[in-house]
Amino acid sequence: MQKKRINTPMTQETVKALKAGDQVLISGTVYTGRDAAHLRMIKALENDEALPFDVEGQVIYYVGPTPAKPGEVIGSCGPTTSYRMDDLTVPLLKKGLRGMIGKGERNQTVIDGMKKFGAIYFAAIGGAGALIANSVKSSEIVAYEELGPEAVRKLEVIDFPVIVVIDSEGKNLYETEREQYATK
Amino acid sequence: MRTIDVSVIKESIKHMCIDANYNIGADIQAAFHKSLETETSPIGKSILVDLLENARIAGEKQVPICQDTGMVVVFAEVGQDVHLVGGDVKMAIDQGIREGYEEGYLRKSVVADPLNRVNTKDNTPGIVYFDIVPGDQVKLKVALKGFGSENMSKTKMLKPSDGIKGVEAFVLETVSLAGPNPCPPIVVGVGVGGTIEKAALLAKQALLRSVDDESTLPHIKALEKTLLEQINQLGIGPQGLGGKTTALGVNVEVFPTHIAGLPVAVNINCHASRHMEVIL
Ligand code: SF4
Repeated sequence: MQKKRINTPMTQETVKALKAGDQVLISGTVYTGRDAAHLRMIKALENDEALPFDVEGQVIYYVGPTPAKPGEVIGSCGPTTSYRMDDLTVPLLKKGLRGMIGKGERNQTVIDGMKKFGAIYFAAIGGAGALIANSVKSSEIVAYEELGPEAVRKLEVIDFPVIVVIDSEGKNLYETEREQYATK
Repeated sequence: MRTIDVSVIKESIKHMCIDANYNIGADIQAAFHKSLETETSPIGKSILVDLLENARIAGEKQVPICQDTGMVVVFAEVGQDVHLVGGDVKMAIDQGIREGYEEGYLRKSVVADPLNRVNTKDNTPGIVYFDIVPGDQVKLKVALKGFGSENMSKTKMLKPSDGIKGVEAFVLETVSLAGPNPCPPIVVGVGVGGTIEKAALLAKQALLRSVDDESTLPHIKALEKTLLEQINQLGIGPQGLGGKTTALGVNVEVFPTHIAGLPVAVNINCHASRHMEVIL
């Protein structure tokens, strides 16, 4: 299958062009954030405080990497399970977040938000942290350093491999494909 | 009476934490290759190829297979003719974990209190089970448990009349609900019998067996085979994106139970099934 190449930040046109099932290589900036960072970002929004980065057009990767070995940019960095961020996602979509990278299902609230505000949910291969690390060219902590592996990092990536699982029309690969391969 | 210094135990734990995180088991590697032959989904196949490549990179660069380097579970079988000297054995095990996670550049994923949630920053404490056994050796088994899959695990108290069909249905329901979350292809550990905590412990111990291992009990061996077939018919596939490879293996452990009960526990493990053992 031909892989599509996209750059971040993502425009609405890029979002619209991506369809569930597309294999995509992402290049550009990707921000990391998982459970604790999401809690803080949502709290910041509730208190009318600024987010640690402008989310407009950006992509958040749900990951808590291992510490980098000397000479390496980052440690192993595969995706963490996304559903834990479900209740903390829509406010970010409202602020212009256009992409999320994780693994596993999203709930209907998130999918509705993605349709409404225009965003894509990508899956990276869970448990392929050593492979994925090869596409990360730089990593810098930009917020919440005290959270250790959960700090927000700004990653520069080249050809970061993902699959579009849920597109901006709400088409969900987890549902359609599983159905197709199940033995009835 | 044989004397063993707990510092030897500490060193073993440390090395196993690092080793198991960097080097995928031969059983899992073989299972990937086997699945590649039967997988029909193109995305599924390409994921299996990527997972093999990931394992190769991790082994070559000596970095973790997966970023969730797990919470450490230790089963220590201590021979009754062994005299442990040189300090507190539990502290020695935690020290081994501490050094392994620091020196191996592994992620520290443990919080000190489940509600206050402050990271202990050294991946301790480990979860340690001691057993006293005959002999003068110490056997240490270590499992590094990622939580993507741990979170999808379940326990249920079935009725005796639910029988083997009930067990099958509960395992299938658990795997089906887990879907893509535990990073399929998965390994499924099932514990049947005992009490509620015994069933859960059996399920964990089932995961310490090699993925291609078969039960020595004929009816349980048959159950393992049926479950694997049924799970792989669910269609979940690699990473939940559809396919025939949902599980690489199913291991079932059983124990006597009460006339009124049929406890069942399903402990799900991901393909990053990291465990090791050593005999001292
Ligand atoms: S479920 Fe397993 S493979 Fe997936 S992220 Fe967790 S530890 Fe890694």
